[in-house]
Amino acid sequence: MFDKTLAELAQGLENGDFSSVELTQAYLDRIKAEDSKYNSYISVTESQALAQAKAADDTRAAGNAGAFTGLPFAHKDIFCTEGVRTSCASKMLDNFVAPYNATVVDKFNAAGGVMLGKTNMDEFAMGSSNESSFYGPARNPWDTERVPGGSSGGSAAAVAARLAPAATGTDTGGSIRQPAALCGITGIKPTYGRVSRYGMIAFASSLDQGGPMTRTAEDAAMMLNVMAGFDRRDSTSMQRDVPDYTADLSKPLAGLKIGLPKEYFPSDLNPAIAEQVQNAIKEYEALGATVKEISLPNTGLAVPAYYIIAPAEASSNLSRFDGVRYGYRCDSPVDLEDLYKRSRGEGFGAEVKRRIMVGTYALSEGFYDAYYKKAQQIRRLIKQDFTEALKEVDVIMGPTTPEPAFKLGEKTSDPIAMYMEDIFTIALNLAGLPGISIPCGQTNGLPVGLQVIGDYFAEQKLLNVAHQFQLATDWHKQSPEGI
Amino acid sequence: MTLKLTPKYQEEAIMALDRSDVERIAHLARLQIDQQDIPEYTENLSNILDLVDQMQAVDTSETEPMANALDAVQRLRKDDVTEENQRDALQSVAPAVENGLFQVPKVIE
Amino acid sequence: MEWEAVIGLEIHAQLATNSKIFSGASTAFGAEPNTQACAVDLALPGTLPVFNEEALRMAVKFGLAIDAEIGRTSIFDRKNYFYPDLPKGYQTSQLFHPIVGVGHVDITLEDGSTKRVGVTRAHLEEDAGKSLHDEFPGMTGIDLNRAGTPLLEIVSEPDMRSAEEAVAYVRKIHSIVTSLGICDGNMAEGSFRCDCNVSVRLKGEEEFGTRTETKNINSFRFIEKAILGEIDRQIDLIEDGGRVVQETRLYDANKNETRSMRSKEEANDYRYFPCPDLLPIVIEEDYIEEIRNNLPELPDARKERFIEQYKLSDYDAMVLSADRFLAEYFETVVTAAKDAKLAANWVMGELSKHLNANDTSIGDSPVSADQLGGLLVRIKDNTISGNIAKKVFEVMWSEGGSADEIIEAKGLKQVTDSGAIEAIVDEVISKSGPQVEQYIAAEPDKRGKMIGFFMGQVMKATGGKANPGAVTGILKKKLDALCD
Repeated sequence: MFDKTLAELAQGLENGDFSSVELTQAYLDRIKAEDSKYNSYISVTESQALAQAKAADDTRAAGNAGAFTGLPFAHKDIFCTEGVRTSCASKMLDNFVAPYNATVVDKFNAAGGVMLGKTNMDEFAMGSSNESSFYGPARNPWDTERVPGGSSGGSAAAVAARLAPAATGTDTGGSIRQPAALCGITGIKPTYGRVSRYGMIAFASSLDQGGPMTRTAEDAAMMLNVMAGFDRRDSTSMQRDVPDYTADLSKPLAGLKIGLPKEYFPSDLNPAIAEQVQNAIKEYEALGATVKEISLPNTGLAVPAYYIIAPAEASSNLSRFDGVRYGYRCDSPVDLEDLYKRSRGEGFGAEVKRRIMVGTYALSEGFYDAYYKKAQQIRRLIKQDFTEALKEVDVIMGPTTPEPAFKLGEKTSDPIAMYMEDIFTIALNLAGLPGISIPCGQTNGLPVGLQVIGDYFAEQKLLNVAHQFQLATDWHKQSPEGI
Repeated sequence: MTLKLTPKYQEEAIMALDRSDVERIAHLARLQIDQQDIPEYTENLSNILDLVDQMQAVDTSETEPMANALDAVQRLRKDDVTEENQRDALQSVAPAVENGLFQVPKVIE
Repeated sequence: MEWEAVIGLEIHAQLATNSKIFSGASTAFGAEPNTQACAVDLALPGTLPVFNEEALRMAVKFGLAIDAEIGRTSIFDRKNYFYPDLPKGYQTSQLFHPIVGVGHVDITLEDGSTKRVGVTRAHLEEDAGKSLHDEFPGMTGIDLNRAGTPLLEIVSEPDMRSAEEAVAYVRKIHSIVTSLGICDGNMAEGSFRCDCNVSVRLKGEEEFGTRTETKNINSFRFIEKAILGEIDRQIDLIEDGGRVVQETRLYDANKNETRSMRSKEEANDYRYFPCPDLLPIVIEEDYIEEIRNNLPELPDARKERFIEQYKLSDYDAMVLSADRFLAEYFETVVTAAKDAKLAANWVMGELSKHLNANDTSIGDSPVSADQLGGLLVRIKDNTISGNIAKKVFEVMWSEGGSADEIIEAKGLKQVTDSGAIEAIVDEVISKSGPQVEQYIAAEPDKRGKMIGFFMGQVMKATGGKANPGAVTGILKKKLDALCD
């Protein structure tokens, strides 16, 4: 049962092979038995899950089931869930039971989905290894000595370890795609504005985007069908029709024009990664695609621009955590300043504080033009690189990450090395473009991810391109030893 | 592993931070930082600023800053009262409330 | 040495929307603490702002009313600072691209001269909550009902040179925003607030002196007092060899003095940057034209109309046109009384006197325009005299009721029956032997003045209810008959 995809589970429910309650209970039992190895969940919501499953079974019995009715999945603990702790993996929100639902959560509830629990992540989504979580790091099911990636590491680990058939994630600089690559699953970051950010705790507002993390592209399409859509409560949500993301999956790829940016294959790229990605490109050629070398000349500036824009926005977004209205409050503050400084100093972890300080500095008087404005100008150059390239090709491909999963603790003392993890993923967030990571090979028993980038709102195309690859290969079917 | 994606930009950092900068920033951000951690923060922040200083080598004099990912305009909301009083629910997560007011240590103006 | 003050004003006008600028919570004043603060207003994690179309419309109306450029693309910025009544840790405001650009208003001074005052800009922003310092020992209570109420911050050029000019400017802006219906103008409730930037310099100097900003002034009177006090304080300071420090000061109405606030946010490094949760507001020409074509009558135009239509003096027209609600009140009274001069005298006289004495705004007047109109009708048709009308007005003010009801209940109807008046006149004449003698002895052209005594006696006898015209006629007839 745990090897089935969402699509297969939906079929099983439809056929009456098992009920949602049975399916949900099976997953809850498995989480209880196995998750101590992976620490992929922060909260498991057993009673709510079973109640939702029961309701879903009733809906089905009444003949009202939809495509997602009764399917279990997990939410990244960044989405507010009414009545359930929403921690963002921070001590700051360890006691925070959200009094309202994120729009994405409402949408899954309306679709009849069954939330198994809330998954682990980097604190406030700041990190690429899940090691900044207040609840301890999630671990990579392919090698529990290694990181699952981040920030949506818990979601990736849970799906890879078969502790959830699917999970939601969020991606500010690669936080869906990088952990998907490191854990050998499929993850798509939709176009900015495609999925509502309401109730999704903000890291960097102009970059954050929610998306699905699944075993297959087909499952990602099913998830995105639920998640995507206009939300009047989010000013940056786009008023645009949502297509059926499963509709184009089986379109043949003959004639597909693939661009390979030379900057994504630098001379010192891990050779195993380069080889696996090149093999995947060959597979696409076999499927009828043509390949062209392109250039994204400002690629090297994406990390610098990102590490101004994201911390600047974060420094402001996280000011609301002040110990006054919710969240952590220090013991016996002597005065207001003490309340602020200790609540925030004690409530936030080191990486969060580091980024708040970088952002505060970048916005401070005298530095705005040199840092923030400059980064915004670079941002436009990066976007222009993509729009030029996408005039010539349908999709852009390259490695999702510069290397496979690294060891826990390997990069914690060197923030810059950690930031370089996102070197291929970050530019998309700056541009607002969609991108998907799919498993395309392995090196030393660790998964390698292929990133496919498309034009604005071209999620259907990306899912089609990913699905065709998955019909032709079985990398996405591999599971870690013992799972 | 360090990717050599940007070998052509090797400019001087705008400035290296010192201890007092870190203390000033931490105060502005209302973050209590342990004294013993200041050297590490100073080094980390200086390294990050060093990294981002690569941007300075690029001529952007003709480039408009880009604040939003999409070229869209603000949508307007109708001026309707849609929210009802939910004080009890919203204050259930508050650390200190008295008579419906959030409590903080006395503020002196 | 002759000193000169340089004054610039920042006015915060709460826009009269139903809901907040970025949320659907109510903006109504006076609710129980935090009952009108929704998840967005409390800055709960994950909540997002959506801009209120009416706030935009109101800001554009103001811009058009002061002949300003309207920002075709305006952008919300975040002003970052920590304060407990600021839930997000930043105020959403507009720094770089405000909705209203450079404009101006003309003010009229007491000597009848006019002066143009420049408006630098007006921008949209959100109000903060309220900190209540006195309710709990050692603690401050935070009420966020006001947080997110839309504000239009109107920034003047430093064009004013006296407290009088400053007050005239504030009154003019007040008059414009209330006439436009975009602000209720209630200063006591904080709907209309003013911060005064004041500096002094020697007359003839080009350079501005160091300025202070005085906050927390909630009436026109206090604006004048606060500025006068601050000008004196600065001059004294400099003449004593001191220096003015750039700082924020609070006006204390009880002591009538300003005092320094504990250095509010040391370096004021607000780290402004464009709010990434909101997109640029883009306004089309059509939208502006539609608003322009539907603008209500503005105070300057109304004043001209009052002069033209009601033949009011320049001064009366200015006073009555300045406040939209006062103007509407006046016109309702005119419609009933069909006498503009009489209506003007009463609105600016008895009514204003009572409003001021009771610190009541025209909107809260216990005597409605219809009631006052009804009273004036009875003056016009000689049912009561002007003096009796004042008594009726007193009753109206304190007890309510229509003019007719009060006149009836108190028996104040004027005596016009000539038979009844003749009887009283006869009695007065018979009791006033010496005065009658004098009257008869007087030269005929002096007698007119002597009627006054008899008039007073008749009025005394009738409790003022006799129609003065009728009494005069009858007295004259009877006394003159005695002279023959």
